Amino acid sequence: MKIIVCIKQVPDTTEIKIDPETNRIIREGVEAIINPFDTYALEEALRLKEKYGGETIVLSMGPPQADSALREAISLGLEKAVLLSDRDFAGSDTLATSYTLGKAIEKIGFDIIICGKEAMDGSTGQIGPELAEILNIPHISYVSKIVEIKERKIKVERMMEDHYEVLETMLPALISVTKEINEPRLPSLRGRLRAKKEKITTWNLLDLEGEKKRFGADGSPTRVIKIFHTEIKKSGIILDGNVSETAEKLYEELKKQNIV
Amino acid sequence: MTIRVLEEKCNGCGLCVVSCLFDAIEIIAQKAEIKDNCNFCGACVDACPKEAILLEKKEVIKKDLSAYKGVWIFAENRNGKLAKVSFELLGEGKKLATSLGENLSAVLFGEQTENNCQELLKRGADTVYVMDEPALKNFQDDPYVELLTYLVNQYKPEILLIPATSQGRSFAPRVAARLQTGLTADCTGLEIEEKTKLLYQTRPTFGGNLMATIICENERPQMSTVRPKIFTEAEVQSPKGKIINIPLPQNSGESRINLMEILKNKEENIDLADSDIIVSGGRGLGEAKKFSLVSDLAKVLGGVVGASRAAVDADWIHYAHQVGQTGKTVRPHLYIACGISGAVQHLAGMQTSEVIVAINKDPEAPIFKVANYGIVGDLFEVIPALIKKFS
Ligand SMILES: Cc1cc2nc3c(=O)[nH]c(=O)nc-3n(C[C@H](O)[C@H](O)[C@H](O)COP(=O)(O)OP(=O)(O)OC[C@H]3O[C@@H](n4cnc5c(N)ncnc54)[C@H](O)[C@@H]3O)c2cc1C
Ligand SMILES: Nc1ncnc2c1ncn2[C@@H]1O[C@H](COP(=O)(O)O)[C@@H](O)[C@H]1O
Repeated sequence: MKIIVCIKQVPDTTEIKIDPETNRIIREGVEAIINPFDTYALEEALRLKEKYGGETIVLSMGPPQADSALREAISLGLEKAVLLSDRDFAGSDTLATSYTLGKAIEKIGFDIIICGKEAMDGSTGQIGPELAEILNIPHISYVSKIVEIKERKIKVERMMEDHYEVLETMLPALISVTKEINEPRLPSLRGRLRAKKEKITTWNLLDLEGEKKRFGADGSPTRVIKIFHTEIKKSGIILDGNVSETAEKLYEELKKQNIV
Repeated sequence: MTIRVLEEKCNGCGLCVVSCLFDAIEIIAQKAEIKDNCNFCGACVDACPKEAILLEKKEVIKKDLSAYKGVWIFAENRNGKLAKVSFELLGEGKKLATSLGENLSAVLFGEQTENNCQELLKRGADTVYVMDEPALKNFQDDPYVELLTYLVNQYKPEILLIPATSQGRSFAPRVAARLQTGLTADCTGLEIEEKTKLLYQTRPTFGGNLMATIICENERPQMSTVRPKIFTEAEVQSPKGKIINIPLPQNSGESRINLMEILKNKEENIDLADSDIIVSGGRGLGEAKKFSLVSDLAKVLGGVVGASRAAVDADWIHYAHQVGQTGKTVRPHLYIACGISGAVQHLAGMQTSEVIVAINKDPEAPIFKVANYGIVGDLFEVIPALIKKFS
């Protein structure tokens, strides 16, 4: 069984600060990490391999620095890593990104593809379903548990707003996973050593043998035309006094607004 | 698309570096150099006093898009009932349709949909396209993708809005990919630009710190998933529209995925996103046991319990209750944050609530910046007083 995990390198958003004067993100000292949701995807791939055997491959599209995210995945125990990097991939929206990942995945071969629920920076969660569409395989989003894989059928639980669903589909298939699915492990010492030495396969646009116009900004129907910073500031009031007075005041205020 | 720095004009002043939100420009040897993570937004082009940056847009062979007309919203059928967000989409969709001078339509899939169709008409739909089949009783990705794509190809809407719910976020991207059009996720602002008549789609990015406005110029429909609880529901009016029943096309409606079971009664399965009053607890509660304070307050107010990630990570409460960037986005009438500091990731999920009350002993806690009413004090004293007052 060939298991491919798609990961994205993202800035550690807890540390993102905005310069109030220039409205720019202050990047100095902001670390690049594996998208937190993708760590669950990596862990689930390792567990599947331990249970059912097979081969694990980690795939990322991004600038050359994304190499470090792939090495981190290797240190966790994934066997192979592929980086898709090319200036011509720049400006990709979710459709072009999915196309690019899809071309690489066709080249690698696959039985199951695992994505994170969404990436921390863009948070669209669109790559998984779009990628599955491009590969013409079924996808199941928000998987909170893999029940079993048997006779090339995968059975999972998916978390919806107010209920769970138990679903089953044939492989090959794509799933995107939520954080309840597992508790990711830490890298082993041996893994760390291997990660240092491992050769990361890097493919560019030509390696992927796709249609040139479907990559990068050219293959992206959407375009970001403006980015701006907002901060919701409420003209809040602090209710003071002793606790029963504040409770009284709050009650009056909420009553005024018809909330209680 | 390409972007170039004209070296003879560039004087290395660095204004472009400052203007770039993506950190994609560096000054190397007195010249600006644009890196791979450039997003082609063009901010640097505007910022450059020397006109040294050239953004060449792709040769768009302008497609004839005139066949695409009207605004469509996808009405979400949840267990036979319309999810409220459907009415929010109708409300917002009406505005867009009005600025375009076009019609507003709703699409509905389901079984025994008669009442729901009427409901959609009452909320202002000019047309309801409905597919009513036993096979469509429950949400399933494959048939939803196939049938919505079919309808779009048949009727060619210009704009298609889909709820950014679990359903919508799962199947809409596939529809967009099949149609080879763009999809903007989780929109919180929608507007028709006056000159171009394009849909300006605004959404939070980077955990809610930044907003991005996105357009889809050359493909149709312009598709967005839209966050629940952001837009106001359409008012009830006397129905004027019509219902168009569409039979399933032959050999359609198949699913590669088998829905085996629906597990409804997991205790954790509360629907935070749909609640009007939420009382949330954070690390300030100190221990799992103390969460009962929060649930007691929620109970007397007739609300439900939410939590910060710190509380969820400490195993005081199930993840289903988590509010924020990695949890749920909520917009209740009343949100009470107890012992929550107000990290940006938490604010991202609740700052658009109508009324926010914060209880925190630290007057500097960032939660007070978004709170309408702040109570600086020990929650172990404040909450019991509130419970007493409100019961
Ligand atoms: C990628 C990423 C995603 C994240 N997503 C989310 C998310 O979805 N949701 C989320 O909530 N967080 C999220 N976080 C975490 C977030 O950054 C914060 O760590 C978290 O929200 C803090 O929770 P808290 O406010 O409960 O705890 P703290 O920050 O520890 O705040 C506790 C507060 O309680 C107050 N307090 C203590 N004792 C008392 C008392 N007796 N009476 C009154 N006040 C008291 C303190 O003054 C303090 O302000 C995310 C982080 C990352 C990196
Ligand atoms: N550039 C990328 N390279 C590899 N995988 C990606 C990339 N972008 C997104 N993904 C995968 O798609 C998921 C959803 O991302 P998004 O649609 O950007 O929110 C992520 O959790 C990753 O698993």
